[in-house]
Amino acid sequence: MNERRTPLFLERQSYRRRRLIDMVRMLPVIGALLWAVPLLWKSGPDSDISTSVAIIYLFGVWLGMVLLSAVLARLLKSADEHPQESDD
Amino acid sequence: MATLNILVSVCLIYVTFLFAIAFAAERAARQGHGGWLRSPLVYTLSLSIYCTAWTFYGAVGYAARSGLEYLTIYIGPSLVMVGWWWILRKLVRIGRSQRVTSIADLISSRYGKSNLLAVGVTILAVIGTTPYIALQLQSVTLSFSVFSESHVPPTELLDQDSTALWVAMGLALFTILFGTRNLDVNERHHGVVIAIAVEAIVKLFALLAVGAFVVWGVGGGLAETLQRIDASEIGKWEMRGDRWASLIFLSAAAFLCLPRMFQVMVVENDRESHLRTASWAFPAYLMVMSLFVVPIAVVGLDLLPKGSNPDLFVLTLPLATGNEGLAMLSFLGGFSSATSMVIVAALALSTMVSNHIVMPIWLSATGGGAKISGDVRNVVILSRRISIAGVVALGYLYFRLSGGGTALASIGLISFAGVAQFLPVLLGGLFWRGATRIGAFVGLTVGFVVWAYALLLPSFGSGALISEAVMLNGPFGISWLRPQAFFGIEGMDPLVHAIVWSMSLNTLTFFVASLIGFPSPLERLQGAQFVNVYEHSRRPQGWSGSAAQSEDLMIMAQRILGAREAQTLFEREAGRQGVTGFLPEPSPDFLQVLERELSGSVGAATAHAMIGQIVGGASVSVEDLMAVADETAQMMEYSNQLETKSEEQARTARQLRQANEKLTQISVQKDAFLGQVSHELRTPMTSIRAFSEILRDSNKLSAEEKVKYSSIIHDEAIRLTRLLDDLLDLSVLENGQVNLNMQRGMLMDVLDHAVSSALTGSTGKPLIVRRQRSQEMVPLNSDLDRLSQVFINLIGNAQKYCVADAPELAISVGINNGELVIDFIDNGVGISKDDQAVIFEKFARVGSMKAGGAGLGLAICREIMARLEGSVSYLPGQGGAAFRVILPVSQAAAAE
Amino acid sequence: MGKRVLLIEDEPNIIEAISFILSRDGWSVATHSNGHDAVDVVLDDPPDLLILDVMLPGKSGYDILKELRETNGAASLPVLMLTARGQTKDREMAERAGASRFMTKPFSNAEVLEAVRELVVS
Repeated sequence: MNERRTPLFLERQSYRRRRLIDMVRMLPVIGALLWAVPLLWKSGPDSDISTSVAIIYLFGVWLGMVLLSAVLARLLKSADEHPQESDD
Repeated sequence: MATLNILVSVCLIYVTFLFAIAFAAERAARQGHGGWLRSPLVYTLSLSIYCTAWTFYGAVGYAARSGLEYLTIYIGPSLVMVGWWWILRKLVRIGRSQRVTSIADLISSRYGKSNLLAVGVTILAVIGTTPYIALQLQSVTLSFSVFSESHVPPTELLDQDSTALWVAMGLALFTILFGTRNLDVNERHHGVVIAIAVEAIVKLFALLAVGAFVVWGVGGGLAETLQRIDASEIGKWEMRGDRWASLIFLSAAAFLCLPRMFQVMVVENDRESHLRTASWAFPAYLMVMSLFVVPIAVVGLDLLPKGSNPDLFVLTLPLATGNEGLAMLSFLGGFSSATSMVIVAALALSTMVSNHIVMPIWLSATGGGAKISGDVRNVVILSRRISIAGVVALGYLYFRLSGGGTALASIGLISFAGVAQFLPVLLGGLFWRGATRIGAFVGLTVGFVVWAYALLLPSFGSGALISEAVMLNGPFGISWLRPQAFFGIEGMDPLVHAIVWSMSLNTLTFFVASLIGFPSPLERLQGAQFVNVYEHSRRPQGWSGSAAQSEDLMIMAQRILGAREAQTLFEREAGRQGVTGFLPEPSPDFLQVLERELSGSVGAATAHAMIGQIVGGASVSVEDLMAVADETAQMMEYSNQLETKSEEQARTARQLRQANEKLTQISVQKDAFLGQVSHELRTPMTSIRAFSEILRDSNKLSAEEKVKYSSIIHDEAIRLTRLLDDLLDLSVLENGQVNLNMQRGMLMDVLDHAVSSALTGSTGKPLIVRRQRSQEMVPLNSDLDRLSQVFINLIGNAQKYCVADAPELAISVGINNGELVIDFIDNGVGISKDDQAVIFEKFARVGSMKAGGAGLGLAICREIMARLEGSVSYLPGQGGAAFRVILPVSQAAAAE
Repeated sequence: MGKRVLLIEDEPNIIEAISFILSRDGWSVATHSNGHDAVDVVLDDPPDLLILDVMLPGKSGYDILKELRETNGAASLPVLMLTARGQTKDREMAERAGASRFMTKPFSNAEVLEAVRELVVS
């Protein structure tokens, strides 16, 4: 209903905020995909992925998610401080 | 040398410390300067009750057994938090706008406020959580025994059962103390939240300390530790893909559905924006928590003798290397994890049990709804306390009966899979308008039956609750119903098997039954409210309140919310409607607000039923109309706009009407004012003139007669003077020329003085004044003489006008929203609604009573309180006449 | 035994004063101090003169007088009305209600005596 009520061309700031939210929405999908990568690895005692490599990869993804999410949260906050679209 | 005694005293000191923090936080919140209590940081830390003793001890054991699989338990919630925009934001918004008290309340509220559904969810939640509480008790007991084994001769070994019992009782006590102090869930449990936030720091710090010690102290640095990992028995990537994926899904689902997570995430949430911070900070917390798990596991496997329990490596590694202090810290970390989980879980479950099982039973047993006498609050609080004790006791019983044998991780996963059954119903309710109560009921039942049959019962061991024959051949020889191989699909991991079948059958039946059934109007309405929560902050209503009496509602609300809270709510709502005083009109809007407030205390279904009883249940037809209008968005929007407009008009009209009434009244009174002044002056003057003439003209008067008549003249002259004083006083006050004489003093002293002044020289029935002196120790900085004048007036009025056989006046003092509130309530017949409107006007006297005053007292009181920046008002619905004096915070330093 | 005067008034001091003045002059004075049952009291034992205050608890002097004028027993009873409200409006209301004489408080004792004597004689 929001889409219907608001005009087609939004102000620049509001447009930015929308794309920011798109990114926030996308983030868990990216995370799920990256964390699904281990499914492709060969499993078992003769695997060529050692546990230390797996740890570094998994925690690396984790750190990336945290940082990205923190940056997005910060940007979203400053976008919210000039609210264009209220959802209250 | 650390002995068991030291361990016990460290525990006690730690618990005392928690008590102190919780207590301080509660007090800070009560006094209104607890802003830091509601910071995003505290919110994030409180979420860490996700990491229980299962994480603290169990993760290492899990890693030692299954390598990196333990990470799935933390990756799932991280994904949910990072994706907060999708689900959590909506959940929190709904939770706040609907005053949801628990996950059972949310589900029942969404599906037409059905109490049956709430009862079902509650029972399932209790079943799912009890093993988990047992697990916490077990871990504390186990860690105790680790210490005792290493230090105490076996004869002094602690009795494990009694340790668990003591811990359980202590936790129940803590939860009762800080979880049931106030009722309205909106007021949140600051004490509990701050305590678990502190515990979050303790457990993180403890695990990091052990981790750092293992990596740099024992392992010889980062690179060497990594090498050691690769060389260990878990050195290669060994993972079943199905387990990896389904466990990530499972932990994500459980994170949303666990009653304790719902409690901290939704119920205790103070501001939606806190989610934004938690969206990255909580995944960071989880990441750090799981960082050192593998090193500890690997080093433990290396150093400790074969066969030692890997679940306790966190504790035994420091002990084995002689690090008593570190071991103690680690013990505290585990203790923190266990206690915080039990406290919040008990709190969450007790709310559900009390609201959805105990209260409905109690209400129907006592003849229902609003007509009951006495304070329902006490019953609600008592039932919550009993529920808390019951939930913890259940956990303890499970611990005793299960014997504490199973490895920690497996209980945790079984419990997760149980509560995850709420997920389809929860998400369906949030995102799909077509989800119905029948669907929810069927889906939940199927999910839980499958879970119990395929996972819970077999977990007690083959042949314990399910016979071996059934496990191998299926029930009655039906092979496609074998608990771990549904439809003949064999070779699946039992856990994955149970998750896949329970979740998919749950979702499928939920979906199909929702499609087939037809929802009631209330369900459709609630569905629209939940799914479109962002669009409709203000909503079509369920109540047509014409039949409802505000005063009845107030009496009921006071019993449930407590007098002060109810009065504040009614006053605020009245203000919003543009009505002055305490009684708003029973508009549908107001009824909806009231219902939400009540549901914060007794749950949505009960609140709905209680209001329904007073208002009368003619609500369905309105909802029908609204629900139809709901189908098309445009129509909806149009009607919303209309509604807003007509409401604005109604409010303006109401204000105008009130203003007009008031003007007419004032004009009549202004007109009467001169006549009244004249009357009040002429009456004493008549006596004076008559007797002075008698004294002058007759010489045959006896001595006594002379004395008598001259004293009448004297008394009447004083009466005249007093009247003139009052008039002057009032005019000075009205013109604002008065100089306040600000002094410091105690409220108790002012009241003492007022009571004794008002009661001296009184005739007629003695008035008994009831006070609670302990509450009156409030320091004041105000014009104490003026304040005392107001009190004297109110007490004097009670004495003059209270017609009870044994007149009593109760004076109660409290602090509400930072204001000092003093109530004067007598046990007479009260003041009728018509008279309430004029008692504060000049020369207004109630009814035909004539008790010697000129009718200026309350008018003066009102002016004085206005000068003191406070107020005095009539408080309806208290039985007798009741007056409320409010002083601003600047004049009442809060009690220390 | 003098003629009987009934005084309906709620201020005890004024009752005392009027009683004193009239009884000294030889009248026998009965008093009553509320409006509820004033009509009954008058009709039970009609006096020779009624002195009636306006502001009475329970029922106003005007209403009492109106009721009395509508009953046979007291239609022509001489009534002296007393009021502490000195506006012309009050005098008009008293006349409309059927008062024989109207006096504003405070009054001089001589005035009261004179009025009472005149009303009873006529």
